[in-house]
Amino acid sequence: MNEAKTPLLEMRNISKDFFGNQVLADIDLTVGEGEVIGLVGENGAGKSTLMRILFGANMIAETGGYGGDVLINGKKVEFSSPFDAIAAGIGMVHQEFSLIPGFTTTENILLNREPTKKSVISEVFSERMNTLNRTEMSERAKAAIEMMGVRIDPNMVISDMPVGHKQFTEIARELSKDQLKLLILDEPTAVLTEKEAEALLDSIRAMSARGIAVIFITHRLQEILSVCNRVVVMRDGYVVQSVDAADTDVAQITKWMVGREVSQTPEANDKKDLSGGKPILKIEKLWVDMPGETVRNVSLEVMEGEILGIGGLAGQGKLGIPNGVMGLYPAGGSVVFDGEPIPLNNPRRCLDSSFAFVSEDRRGVGLLLDESLEWNIAFPAMQIQNRFLKNYLGGLIKWRDEKAIREVTEKYIEELAIKCTSSKQKARALSGGNQQKVCLAKAFALAPRLLFVSEPTRGIDVGAKALVLQALKRFNRENGVTIVMVSSELEELRMSCDRIAIVSGGKVAGILPASASVEELGGLMLSQVI
Amino acid sequence: MNENAKTNEKGAIRKALENFGLPRLIITGFLVLLLILAPFVGADLPTQISNIIARFSWNGVLVLAMVPMVHSGCGLNFGLPLGIISGLLGATLSIEFGFTGGLSFFMAILIATPFALILGSLYGWLLNKIKGGEMMIATYVGFSSVSFMCMMWLVLPYKSPNMVWGLAGKGLRTTISLEGYYNQVLANFLKIEIGNLTIPVGTILFFALLALLMWAFLHTKTGTAMTAVGSNPVFASAAGINVDRIRLLSVVMSTWLAAIGILVYEQGFGFVQLYMAPFYMALPAVSAILIGGASVNKATIMNVIIGTILFQGIVTMTPTVMNNMIHMDMSEVIRIIASNGMILYALTRKTEGSR
Repeated sequence: MNEAKTPLLEMRNISKDFFGNQVLADIDLTVGEGEVIGLVGENGAGKSTLMRILFGANMIAETGGYGGDVLINGKKVEFSSPFDAIAAGIGMVHQEFSLIPGFTTTENILLNREPTKKSVISEVFSERMNTLNRTEMSERAKAAIEMMGVRIDPNMVISDMPVGHKQFTEIARELSKDQLKLLILDEPTAVLTEKEAEALLDSIRAMSARGIAVIFITHRLQEILSVCNRVVVMRDGYVVQSVDAADTDVAQITKWMVGREVSQTPEANDKKDLSGGKPILKIEKLWVDMPGETVRNVSLEVMEGEILGIGGLAGQGKLGIPNGVMGLYPAGGSVVFDGEPIPLNNPRRCLDSSFAFVSEDRRGVGLLLDESLEWNIAFPAMQIQNRFLKNYLGGLIKWRDEKAIREVTEKYIEELAIKCTSSKQKARALSGGNQQKVCLAKAFALAPRLLFVSEPTRGIDVGAKALVLQALKRFNRENGVTIVMVSSELEELRMSCDRIAIVSGGKVAGILPASASVEELGGLMLSQVI
Repeated sequence: MNENAKTNEKGAIRKALENFGLPRLIITGFLVLLLILAPFVGADLPTQISNIIARFSWNGVLVLAMVPMVHSGCGLNFGLPLGIISGLLGATLSIEFGFTGGLSFFMAILIATPFALILGSLYGWLLNKIKGGEMMIATYVGFSSVSFMCMMWLVLPYKSPNMVWGLAGKGLRTTISLEGYYNQVLANFLKIEIGNLTIPVGTILFFALLALLMWAFLHTKTGTAMTAVGSNPVFASAAGINVDRIRLLSVVMSTWLAAIGILVYEQGFGFVQLYMAPFYMALPAVSAILIGGASVNKATIMNVIIGTILFQGIVTMTPTVMNNMIHMDMSEVIRIIASNGMILYALTRKTEGSR
């Protein structure tokens, strides 16, 4: 916009790595006064990390800082905490609400910045004893709410509000700060109804007209196009495109977001012919109450011996499917495996029916961090299938067979090339990629007929990614194990799977062969977003 | 090359020290110092060592009782008094029913067992309701059960003249002598006496047997599951384990061991102590296992043995040495500082994340 003047914000050459894992590289971003920037990208593309750097989040400094410069009005700044960023005129509305449920809108908007009145007591003691100036408070809160152009009751208690109003309260809080020059909105419309979202977009336009710059992160591309001046597309830690919103459309943005080498379709001969196969797993009308990943109504058939990919955006429910079927979160509906109904909410029965699950929550669910690799790999097979045990007194005493456990562990350490000092090493000491391999080994050791793998490559580096995917594919092709693989990375699904189901809004939006184009799959991903 | 080896050696020593832990090092040093000082202040060393061994044999099982709950992630069993009360019920009922000698000890264990199983199950059920706050709740379960039993000891219709108050003819006495019952039954078995040095081999063997059983249990399928539940309950549950059931089992085991533990303690000490006595039994056991190097969710049999020796060593040695040195009773003060300091240290070390 104001090319001649110094831009409000300039980020130059920003890079960031987490313990050697590069997540941002060569990021240049310029935001002018009153400009609205739409920031889009797949999950894990680095949007949030970039915004955290800008907002001076503590975790950035704790993990070793970042490279490059941040300039505000042409002056180099370095925020050591969000307080510095706020003082410099940056406001941020996070995806999660940070409001006090028992306070009113007004109180939340002006928390710790309340206009106060002096009294006798405060004269004697200190300013901390000032009383609140309620009339001025409500005026300022009203002014902030009006700036957004929506109507919310300033005296309503937060806990009584619909989600949309909470979101507006958060934004109003940022707007009520006089020094605000740049507002970061991290997926603000994710929780809003269509009408509320429309109101929010209007308020963004209003803010922009007042000279406040906005960085707007969302998965709803239509919104970006209708409100933003410029669209910045990120992928794998790089800014891949930065164009005027007027010059592009949804299909093109989708392609930029997901496509690594869009032209290169996966080799066709690698895929299995499923025409003669019979469905081995039938999921019908499944709902799963997994916080943040609600599954609403999923019906799905998995063919024997295939690798079925499940893709979709974060929060649309793809992770809920394996977690629900395996009984880790409350679920309902019907699941039939090889003609036999599988009861839900009962992990043991799933495991007894020879399912196995590699959880996306590696450190929380997948591993015994403080135990040896031997324990991690052999434990489920020992508990579920009574393997690696020696029986004494006619099976009354089931003694751990350390030798068998070590053997199987060493076998998998070699097979999956797990980097460790010995099979006795604690799982905590391994790197993310090797921990993931341990999780796979654990599942392989169960010799399952059906394997659920959730986000197998999340948070691991490129080299380990390829190894993990190869191991899965080999396990499928050589042992004939049916695999259901859930991943946010479309490209990974296209490379490894036979078919890809896309989940959007808690439902299956469509199932396509893996050779389908990125545009088709991306379109499905965004089709029913709520 | 040479330098490398040297630094390696240094690293190894440092690592060994780290594994051993600074507090344990200080306490060991203190105990060694006391043992060296003892002859100079006029205490007979063999007698002192006999005392340490005897106290180790009395307390070993009570400390061992900590192990199952630590393994299952229920934390340190501050509710030990509940198990102790089961043991006391076994002891008093065995005497009431007229068993004497060695048989009274066996019967006490037998009678205490159902109490321990029932109380332990209730206690375990409660602890499953309040995951994350086990140690706090356990403390109050222990305390309140002691207070409740203070009333019951008076009210329950015990008749044995050896136990009830002489004048009233009802209500149990605070201290009941075990002379003629199971006083020293274990200790006198295979007892070794060399001059002033006495070793109660029987009691130590009994402890060793229970410790061996515990060690063996931890190597079975269920024992492995228990450790896994303590290490990461979500992992265990994803592997098809009924986490609540395993936790319940660990609490029952701990309660039963506490019941046996107090009976072993009594046979060595020679008296049954009722009313407020169990109130103070949990803290020494907790600090002993912590001094032994256990943490809130990891404990081995070795921790039990080392910890009991160190803790009881200090408890026995400080009075003798200090009293002789400064002619003032400092022993209790030092004991309290050592035991509570140890608990405090371990709790600050607690890693919530991995539980």
